[in-house]
Amino acid sequence: MSVTDDSVLVTSPTTGAVWEVVIGLEVHAELHTATKLFCACPNSFGDEPNTNVCPVCLGLPGSLPVLNRRAVELAMRLGRALGCTVNDSTFARKNYFYPDMPKDYQVSQYDEPVNTDGVLELPDGSRVGIERAHMEEDTGKNTHAGGGGRIHDADYSLIDYNRAGVPLVEIVGRPDIRSAEQAKAYVEELRGVLLATGASDAKMEEGSLRVDANVSVRPAGSTELGTRCEIKNLNSLRSLGRAIDYEARRQIDLLESGERIRQETRHWDEEGGRTRPGRSKEEAEDYRYFQEPDLVPLEPDADWLAAVDASLPALPAQRRARLAAAAGVAPGDVALHVARGLDGLALAAIEAGGDPSRVLNHVEHNLAVEGAEALDPTHLAELVRLEADGALTATQAKTVLANMVGSGRSPGDIAAERGFEAMDTGALEAAVDELIAAKPDEWAEFCGDDERKRGKLTGFFVGQVMKATKGQADGKAVTALLDARRDAARG
Amino acid sequence: MSTSHGTATAVDIAAAVRAGERSAVEVLEPYLAAIEARDAELHAFNLVTADEARDAAAALDRRVAAGEDPGPLAGVPVALKDNLCTRGVPTTCSSRILEGWRPPYDATVVARLTAAGAVSVGKTNLDEFAMGSSTENSAFGPTRNPHDPTRVPGGSSGGSAAAVAAGFAPVALGSDTGGSIRQPAALCGVVGVKPTYGLVSRYGLVAFASSLDQIGPFATTVRDAALLLEVIAGHDPCDSTSIPQPAPGLVDVLDRGVEGLRVGVIAELTGEGIAPDVARRVTEAAEALERAGATVGEASVPAAALGLSAYYLIAPAEASSNLARYDGVRYGLRVDARTTGEMMEASRTAGFGDEVKRRIMLGTYALSAGYRDAYYGKALRVRTLIARDFAAAYERFDVLLSPTSPTTAFPIGDKAADPLSMYLNDVCTIPTNLVGDAAMSVPFGTGDDGLPVGVQVLAPALGEVPMFRVGAALEAAAPGAAAVRPDGEEQP
Repeated sequence: MSVTDDSVLVTSPTTGAVWEVVIGLEVHAELHTATKLFCACPNSFGDEPNTNVCPVCLGLPGSLPVLNRRAVELAMRLGRALGCTVNDSTFARKNYFYPDMPKDYQVSQYDEPVNTDGVLELPDGSRVGIERAHMEEDTGKNTHAGGGGRIHDADYSLIDYNRAGVPLVEIVGRPDIRSAEQAKAYVEELRGVLLATGASDAKMEEGSLRVDANVSVRPAGSTELGTRCEIKNLNSLRSLGRAIDYEARRQIDLLESGERIRQETRHWDEEGGRTRPGRSKEEAEDYRYFQEPDLVPLEPDADWLAAVDASLPALPAQRRARLAAAAGVAPGDVALHVARGLDGLALAAIEAGGDPSRVLNHVEHNLAVEGAEALDPTHLAELVRLEADGALTATQAKTVLANMVGSGRSPGDIAAERGFEAMDTGALEAAVDELIAAKPDEWAEFCGDDERKRGKLTGFFVGQVMKATKGQADGKAVTALLDARRDAARG
Repeated sequence: MSTSHGTATAVDIAAAVRAGERSAVEVLEPYLAAIEARDAELHAFNLVTADEARDAAAALDRRVAAGEDPGPLAGVPVALKDNLCTRGVPTTCSSRILEGWRPPYDATVVARLTAAGAVSVGKTNLDEFAMGSSTENSAFGPTRNPHDPTRVPGGSSGGSAAAVAAGFAPVALGSDTGGSIRQPAALCGVVGVKPTYGLVSRYGLVAFASSLDQIGPFATTVRDAALLLEVIAGHDPCDSTSIPQPAPGLVDVLDRGVEGLRVGVIAELTGEGIAPDVARRVTEAAEALERAGATVGEASVPAAALGLSAYYLIAPAEASSNLARYDGVRYGLRVDARTTGEMMEASRTAGFGDEVKRRIMLGTYALSAGYRDAYYGKALRVRTLIARDFAAAYERFDVLLSPTSPTTAFPIGDKAADPLSMYLNDVCTIPTNLVGDAAMSVPFGTGDDGLPVGVQVLAPALGEVPMFRVGAALEAAAPGAAAVRPDGEEQP
């Protein structure tokens, strides 16, 4: 799938050659279920180690998995939200030895995943293909202590199996991303979809959302993919962006100095600001996949699929499109409104007759506060009408809006109580003239030819008028009046 | 040795205990005495839980005295294969790797037996992780055949088969992955049943090959086997492969006879490779069924002969994965070493026996990149082929007949050094596991050496009812049953 029309290209400062960075992200999200994927243990973060465990998630001899219906439902809901085909699917065993894995194999969907072939549309309109979104179980968590602090050189290790068996969905994106910025936007958008569908609480800081980045570079114009490196240990969007930029730079430098890229797993070192190779042994791993004989194929019937479809909420892209259409702007202009969950308010206020650009402006700049989503949209529409009519200045409107949040009161009431009313032109002119008379030196400079000084002094005069009128003056009107007086003074 | 208890069946015991005619404690003691007297020689048990059994029996008697009904197996002593999880009681799989491990839970079958009033007397020996056909692959030494202690009892459930044959318990549970209930039942002269895959919950059975494993009963009579199976069968939500149906009624069908049933003798499993004296018994069994009113013909299941090869790829492949968890990290044996990886390797090297290692290596190879399709993949296709051939045969016949084992019990040590000839022991039993069908072994006379011969009755999935009807008819017609009693007591 082709993505952006004009890909982001990197020009090498040393050679001047132009490179394209190709990025594919693998995102692991914990499914937001009450219990684990194959047993009834709580799926809960931050509990006392090894308290949410049972024979099944500890992989004790003789124990057997039973698939969590809710996990399947959330995975299917996510799949539908990403426009995937929801398939009949199976689970497989991925075999490898690791102490945090109780059975020394991971139950994961392999060649028959539940969701395939979807797409995620980003706010800027670019589209990133989704190869698959499949279910699997999480592993436990190792803490290596003493010695070098890593598995091969620690004095001892502690293992917490609370996380073992927690349901994950792994969303494998196609290599359609071309920049660190787009990668971050992709993760943010995916996070929005995970939250909207209730599939995951998607907290990167708690590890319920984890991102691995496959990064390669190629000469601009080439259609072949370069050798990729997989970067792990990305714990924030910031790390993701920095790691991609670093890794792209590293690969370009290697290629430009005539070396080859080795396909490998690399770890992001946040402190050092660089990626470092993982153990090369990992690459030689043969997972010996085969179908999990302890589970039966998953074949959701038409009724179940229909119920999943019916339960789908409006997704961020749809919400952006709807608000943008109502406001007459581009979807990218309302990304923040949707991300904050205030698109419903904005839309209703616009539908109630509020001026779209004023509504969007207030929502974007003045409503990043708790309780904003509970505002009565007709009150917001009324506020921007008062503002448009000149009954409230921008500053007054801001104050009124702040008082509307949480109080449920109408803007008219608040404005009246505060004594906010529009100044008539005569009063404003009087206030300006009075100020000019009181500040002859500043006025002379304002009337001079120094543009920079005049800019500064505009702020000064507007501020003074505001002070004198207790904020009732309209800043724009004051500026216009000052300019008119200056023109008159200069003849 | 005392044999006064030896002729009692589980059906009789449960009836007497429920009626308050005999106490569970009275029933139990002679069995414990028999174990005491002879198990040092036979080594049927890895662990005898005499004290726990006495406590359980006493508790049952109190319940009966209080007017309660302890259930259909009231007071029936039962021996459990040592790969069935028993809460708080060591479960070893006859392997050093599980040293010291006590499961924190009961297998579903164990819980059902207990709920039905059965009293466990102990955990029986097996080939390590159920891998073998002679019970010689036990880390704790071989079990001996009660009929001739110089010979093997078969395997892998040799301990359970020997325990029932020796009168250590009237019934026992085993597990059958490729014949591990039926073959030792045949070699020990008792009844052994491999139920339809999914009829009995596997929850709490330590896995060998998950798609093949199935728990089933050992008994001295077909009726007891039917009773035991009724108790342990039926849907279990803890096992995803468990069939969502209640247990079938089996005890009640045993008197229906075989009139009108169509019985096919499998041509491919009665000729080459089968000892003539064993093959003769199968022919006699078929004749007996015909006399009893069944229609008998020759059945052909051509792909059955491929079963052994497919099995020795599929079972080890699954085993290589199932046994990965024994890594020294969480439970069982740990041999310390410098790194985690070396610790795992050292623990597994010390903890597993040769046959287990052989199969882990086979299975790992069969699944490895580049070979998977040629080995594991092909074996799966063969499995489908065998299923198709059996399905075709079952269009013509209600049940099929074959020997259970190609020979009678062989001497201890005879095949231990030759894995391939050992594997050939299971040629008649393996196809049923690959297909997921039902089969049982019923004692039917002896071989030329005077040792028991078992005839195998095979049925399609959920064909337990016709299978048990035929099993009961064979039992009734079995020649010289008195001659094979291991305790030397003649039956009337």
